[in-house]
Amino acid sequence: MTYTSDKPPLAESTDQLRARIPGWGADLDPKDRPSVPKLRWQEDRTGAHWDFPDRQPEKWPRERSIEHKFLPPVFGTSCPPKGVSGVIRRFAYRKYSEGRAAHWLLLLAADRVDAWESHLRSFLTARPDNPITETGVLSEFSRHGFSSRIGQKRSDVKHQVLDPVIVAGPWVLAVAITVTLARKLTHRS
Amino acid sequence: MRAMVYRGPYKVRVEEKAQPVVEHPNDAIVRVTMAAICGSDLHLYHGMMPDTRVGMTFGHEFIGVVEEVGSSVRNLVPGDRVMVPFNIFCGTCWFCARGLYANCHNVNPNATAVGGIYGYSHTCGGYDGAQAEYVRVPFADVGPTVIPEWMDDEDAVLLTDALSTGYFGAQLGDIVEGDVVVVFGAGPVGLFAAKAAWLMGAGRVIVVDHLEYRLVKARAFAHAETVNFTECDDVVVHMKKTTDFLGADVAIDAVGAEADGNFTQHVTAAKLKLQGGSPVALNWAIDSVRKGGTISVVGAYGPMFSAVKFGDAMNKGLTLRMNQCHVKRQWPRLFEHIRNGYLKPSDIVTHHIPLEHIAEGYHMFSAKLDGCIKPLIVPNAA
Repeated sequence: MTYTSDKPPLAESTDQLRARIPGWGADLDPKDRPSVPKLRWQEDRTGAHWDFPDRQPEKWPRERSIEHKFLPPVFGTSCPPKGVSGVIRRFAYRKYSEGRAAHWLLLLAADRVDAWESHLRSFLTARPDNPITETGVLSEFSRHGFSSRIGQKRSDVKHQVLDPVIVAGPWVLAVAITVTLARKLTHRS
Repeated sequence: MRAMVYRGPYKVRVEEKAQPVVEHPNDAIVRVTMAAICGSDLHLYHGMMPDTRVGMTFGHEFIGVVEEVGSSVRNLVPGDRVMVPFNIFCGTCWFCARGLYANCHNVNPNATAVGGIYGYSHTCGGYDGAQAEYVRVPFADVGPTVIPEWMDDEDAVLLTDALSTGYFGAQLGDIVEGDVVVVFGAGPVGLFAAKAAWLMGAGRVIVVDHLEYRLVKARAFAHAETVNFTECDDVVVHMKKTTDFLGADVAIDAVGAEADGNFTQHVTAAKLKLQGGSPVALNWAIDSVRKGGTISVVGAYGPMFSAVKFGDAMNKGLTLRMNQCHVKRQWPRLFEHIRNGYLKPSDIVTHHIPLEHIAEGYHMFSAKLDGCIKPLIVPNAA
């Protein structure tokens, strides 16, 4: 037991476990575990045939962490920074290291600004954002939204009610502010 | 091409998007035949991961057919059926040379603390992902592997992240024969970690979650004992009682940033984004494990700080081990386990979603509807 030097006994013996669980103990020896030891020289370089890779062309000034000595040779080219959110992102990368909370908080703020910019921009296109289709909320009906939650003792149901507020709240607030301002302007004129 | 596109928190849609092109001599363009939504994609979907830009395509678990290769690619030719690890890695930097493929230093300008991951925000390199008809695969000679003839597509796609990560999580636990292993989270990674714990000689495997349908799966698929934490006054006390007050030898956090079980922790992290992640599962792991025990963390957290109980971890003399999985390093051994019949990853797949319906797929997976455990995405061009 715990208050003596003996370990509490297991309910099943090794033989019973081996009989019940397919493959039990196949990796019992750490030598058979591919990530042991953590650092292990990879002689085959997993197929690489360079010491340092060729450099990918930098087609626009690529934002990078100031903890890097230089721009790494390969990088993603999805979604270059744009608009106000792009200004915030570039500032976050230029000014703060990954060790600073400001770096991450600015990037999170830029994400929210980016979403607003993109929503507004979408209204100038033939395909404006549609919160019904884009949230996939109709799957509540086709995927048993009610029975998946009711009577299931799920811990997440308590906070799922916040999700519509997070998604729709800013829009409701924006509409309310716009209507209020419009009314004030109308009354003045 | 058709591709999933992020439109802001909780919103995605399918758009016509330019087909990716070779941007580096060792790139390949892969036509995606099957992808998955990963639990960690939900952190992006919920707007938790900094620098997740509107317009990005998610998706880091996928298989496909090589469509085109760059001028320096030697190991693949168009037409090859390939499985692609979620890590993008060069093979030769200080970290890759020592097997830490997930920590590659040559693929992510945006951060040094994390390597490159397909479709996982600019914090992970700004690469578009594979919930699309086509995807750019950098370092085609290093990451992808031709899918063996005998392997099922669904097994192959799960090897690109979920299975490898679960197996890796069990290894981080340094399990020895007879260990009591508690796995927090009965999602795909948790189920695979539980299964892998047996391979390493665990004497008991206990899976903790709040979704009963997933615990049913944990009992059937992973042969595990289960605990529904909503039925315990205090899951830590429950774990102590069930181990004769010693505590588990090893705890695996397979939940990560959106852990439930504490309303304040969850809301401050997942809803208000004031923490890098909700550390409920991690704190339970720290308190459930015995003194001198080991914590393995394979659940994904954001780069910001989280309210983790380091005092308890220190006072208990715990070993905390963690990383993103170095996927390709796991494959040879996992291939053997699948061939031997010890593992059948596709048993956890619950849904096949056409790419055009991906918004419903994300909502279903996020809200845990319809018994969803693992949804796969099938692009139109597949």
